[in-house]
Amino acid sequence: MIGLSAYLTLAALVFSIGLFGVLTRRNAIGILLGIELMLNAVNINLVAFARFSGNVTGLVFTLFTISITVAEVAVGLAIVIAIFRVRRTVEADRLDLLRG
Amino acid sequence: MTLETVGFWVVAVVLLASSLAVVLTPNLFHAVLYLAAALVATGVVFLLLDQPFLFAVQLLLYAGGVVTIVVFAIMLTERLVGERLVQTSRHLVNGAIVAAAVFVGVAGFLIRAPLEAPHPFQSMDTTAAIGRALFGPFAITLELLGVLLVVALLGALYFARSEE
Repeated sequence: MIGLSAYLTLAALVFSIGLFGVLTRRNAIGILLGIELMLNAVNINLVAFARFSGNVTGLVFTLFTISITVAEVAVGLAIVIAIFRVRRTVEADRLDLLRG
Repeated sequence: MTLETVGFWVVAVVLLASSLAVVLTPNLFHAVLYLAAALVATGVVFLLLDQPFLFAVQLLLYAGGVVTIVVFAIMLTERLVGERLVQTSRHLVNGAIVAAAVFVGVAGFLIRAPLEAPHPFQSMDTTAAIGRALFGPFAITLELLGVLLVVALLGALYFARSEE
């Protein structure tokens, strides 16, 4: 029988890998992929807690985070494409338009 | 070794390997394909946790929707740039140190936390329970989510519009 802590450890590992991707990727789309991994790890946590505590709220919350993530990806990629039209690059280091 | 134990370890290995491939592969397009594999593996984790409805949602929205959008964005930016989107990474050591520190912090908390013995609810039909909760106590949140999706759609249209 796989316990709650095994799922939580798996989610923590995936979260750390996603964080590593966000910190090290240069490409803005690559950074978005890392954020996806981190949100995914959070969903595993929510479902695991809901399953082992017998409470349906965690499952409903997972549905909400999935929907919000999809909206976030759509807007984020639209911003990336808009920036690409203006600056001809999607490298995060060169996107310093707002720097004072 | 029960079926659930074997399934968990297989899925865990697949999930971790594809997650590492997402952040390490130099080709951005391959990274998206590995992300699709990681998302499907997460869906299988949901199945192991007795949530077939969330598995379906995960496949439809994440592995179907998000991956398609990202592939479109890559093709758009790659075509306009005219060169292969080989992405490089930077600060590999620093990033690894920070990520490892976060994991050690969470793992330390997990070891010390008093996680009570599991008492799963196997007799309950969770899909019906989710539906009742969505249109019962969470009805207003569900409506707000609809507003958010419309706003995100309009925002994406606004950002991606052509200039004329």
